[in-house]
Amino acid sequence: MFRFLLNKLVMIVPTFIGVTIAAFSFIRLLPGDPILLLAGERGVTPERRVELERLMGFDRPLWEQYFSFLGDLMHGDLGVSIVTKTPVLEEFLARFPATIELSFIAIIFAIALGLPAGIIAAVRRGSVFDHTVMGVSLTGYSMPIFWWGLLLIILFSGTLGWTPVSGRISFMFFFEPVTGFMLIDSWLSDQAGAFKSAVMHLILPSIVLGTIPLAVIARQTRSSMLEVLSEDYVRTARAKGLPPWRVVGIHALRNALITVITVIGLQVGVLLGGAILTETIFAWPGIGKWMIDSIFRRDYPSVQGGLLLIASIVMIVNLLVDLTYGLVNPSIRHER
Amino acid sequence: MKARFLVATAAALLASNVQAKTLVFCSEGSPEGFTPALYTAGTTFDASSRQIFNKLVEFEIGTTEIVPGLAESWTVSSDGLEYTFNLRKGVQFHSIKGFTPSREFNADDVLFSFNRQFLKDHPYNKVSGGNYEYFNGMSMPDLLNQVKRIDDHTVKFILNRPEAPMIANLAMDFASIHSAEYADKMASAGTLDKFDQNPVGTGPFKMIAYQKDAFIRYKAHPSYFRGKAAIDDLVFAITPDASVRYQKMKANECQVMPYPNPADVAAMKKDPSLNLLSQEGLNVGYLAYNTKVAPFNNRKVRKALNQAINKQAIIDAVFQGAGKIAKNPIPPTIWSYNNATVDDDYDPAAAKAALEAEGVKGLKMKVWAMPVQRPYNPNARRMAELIQADFGKVGVEVEIVSYEWGEYLKRSKDTDRDGAVLLGWTGDNGDPDNFLAVLLGCDGVGGSNRAQWCHKPFEDLIQKAKIVSDPAARTDLYKRAQIEFKKEAPWATIAHSVVFKPVRKEVTGFKIDPFGGHSFYGVDIK
Repeated sequence: MFRFLLNKLVMIVPTFIGVTIAAFSFIRLLPGDPILLLAGERGVTPERRVELERLMGFDRPLWEQYFSFLGDLMHGDLGVSIVTKTPVLEEFLARFPATIELSFIAIIFAIALGLPAGIIAAVRRGSVFDHTVMGVSLTGYSMPIFWWGLLLIILFSGTLGWTPVSGRISFMFFFEPVTGFMLIDSWLSDQAGAFKSAVMHLILPSIVLGTIPLAVIARQTRSSMLEVLSEDYVRTARAKGLPPWRVVGIHALRNALITVITVIGLQVGVLLGGAILTETIFAWPGIGKWMIDSIFRRDYPSVQGGLLLIASIVMIVNLLVDLTYGLVNPSIRHER
Repeated sequence: MKARFLVATAAALLASNVQAKTLVFCSEGSPEGFTPALYTAGTTFDASSRQIFNKLVEFEIGTTEIVPGLAESWTVSSDGLEYTFNLRKGVQFHSIKGFTPSREFNADDVLFSFNRQFLKDHPYNKVSGGNYEYFNGMSMPDLLNQVKRIDDHTVKFILNRPEAPMIANLAMDFASIHSAEYADKMASAGTLDKFDQNPVGTGPFKMIAYQKDAFIRYKAHPSYFRGKAAIDDLVFAITPDASVRYQKMKANECQVMPYPNPADVAAMKKDPSLNLLSQEGLNVGYLAYNTKVAPFNNRKVRKALNQAINKQAIIDAVFQGAGKIAKNPIPPTIWSYNNATVDDDYDPAAAKAALEAEGVKGLKMKVWAMPVQRPYNPNARRMAELIQADFGKVGVEVEIVSYEWGEYLKRSKDTDRDGAVLLGWTGDNGDPDNFLAVLLGCDGVGGSNRAQWCHKPFEDLIQKAKIVSDPAARTDLYKRAQIEFKKEAPWATIAHSVVFKPVRKEVTGFKIDPFGGHSFYGVDIK
């Protein structure tokens, strides 16, 4: 297990270096000049342009800028946003708890519904339930998120008035953030109704964000379960007279979970990378919207720092997924 | 201890919420920061200068008229080089966590606010990036010679040359007045950057909390020199999507919103819970010919092309009603707007004949379409297509081109540029000079003057208007300049946008700002 972990950790180093190169170069490959974009219609004089290039460090050769970026990175410095003039790490950390909170609830929602739906659909293959799950999940997977979000807002917030339209908590409540996670902070605040308000604000964005993962998980669980259920050892287990719930829940599911966990891991990575559309519709202050705004403004330090942090998180999630394989299936952790 | 404090604060807030009047503004985005001089976006000014700070002179809310701000009065020397401001007494700065002012506003604060931007060796000059784009853009480093303290309540601005729009410049957001005492305190604590993050001003509201991309909370400044604001708490709920802002308005989760979707305007007009305010924006959208390149160096060719454009069709299709035909290069909300100017009639037959008379046959040209949305041009591609069709009717073949926005701005400045450029301008200070000199003056050729047009009779008029301080004389000069412009037609003036502002019926006293900003002093909730 230790060797398995070590191998995975060693692999992270070249990946991380590759990510720094990609993060640094991709934004610079896009056409567009951050100074001109900042100046807009008002423009900038040639003298002022030279001064700004010097201030922002763009007057140096690209390789020098890259190594300066790497050097600062070693000291934990991701640079300062060209637009807001605040440290990139501070900008990221201010938004990241909101993204984690939403992603966590969305993935719980997707797993809680997707996994049982997939299992039941596999066990009752060809039934009405199976066709319904497959049909609904295909619709969910193909749904334009922007349209889906607005539809839910108009129905549940506008027409029925059951849920708030957007944001993380009602403006009736105000308290100093302690953790940045609204569910925890509202609970800690002791303000009557604050926690309920935070929960109500999470419902619609979680459903919208969780819709595609839910569809993917349901479909993947179904297909993995179908594959495993036709294996000889499942047939043997049934022949031995084990109760159906034990055959499906223990013998089949544990093996089917390997691919499902992979899919869940990938979905978590995607969600933590920021759900741009969901965050925009629900005015959710996460990193997805921030990254897109930074790209449009060609805010080089924010884009490269943000990409690097997101990629690091995805790498960590993947590592955790790899470790989970070992827990679920002991044969993997003993591989040499 | 902390928990007890939080409980106590929460209880106090809850108790105060019972009576406190709270107004929620669904703003469109996060501010770049809270020191207006460092930034250029209207979203930033809404969150900072328009609530937290005052200027020496200010625009009366809802107009482009200059009124006294932190200066009670001012005088201008006969040579136009010295502006002396008599400062208001008894003005209090905000108290925030970690700073309680020990003195009232005085001349030191004015010196600090300008010298930070003006003097390269000022201790705060390089703080928070040190880019003062508006200060530089308004040519203040060349214009200013010195900002001088005469006494506690008198300051003098000494200029290098006369500049009639100087007072209007000082009403702009970059000229917001900060507390020098607070700056000193942050400097001695070694936390200079905090100065820009936790703003202290004299304005009607003080900022008490900000969470990026989520909200900004303000409280009314109890000792505001014009009297405490009618609302106690002001909240900016940052909501980037216009459709969602509208839903929040309907659900009474916010009471004022900016930038509605044009498609929602009709429904908003019918909504009994909303008042839909509207006003022409302080902007102009235009098509600039390159007057240095044939055949566009011929005034008659330009006039003929202007006659070929069906502007009403553009207003209907591109602005969906939220625009008005422009006949002058300045919007009607600016003083000195010349209503007597006669616009070019839409007359394709006459245009075709005029082109033939000038020997222009089989002309092929480019029309540049901006890749971004702007208030003065919500869909440049569509506008270019309509112009393409219009020009096609008079025998001119148009190729539409576009570039990435930064490239577009850069390439459109080239003096040998091929083609006519769609662009526009939103006013900064309500002064005609801010349109006419910037966009059409000889200094702007190769820069902000996209028509590359340098016409002596026009230039003489606007240069004279820069140094004359008598408003009536300036008005006359600018009116004549607009007639000269129309005669020469370096642009086809296309449209001024109409700004719509939905506010809930309970809200009173809200005025549309011609500069596109949002000020909440004087606003109340029934």
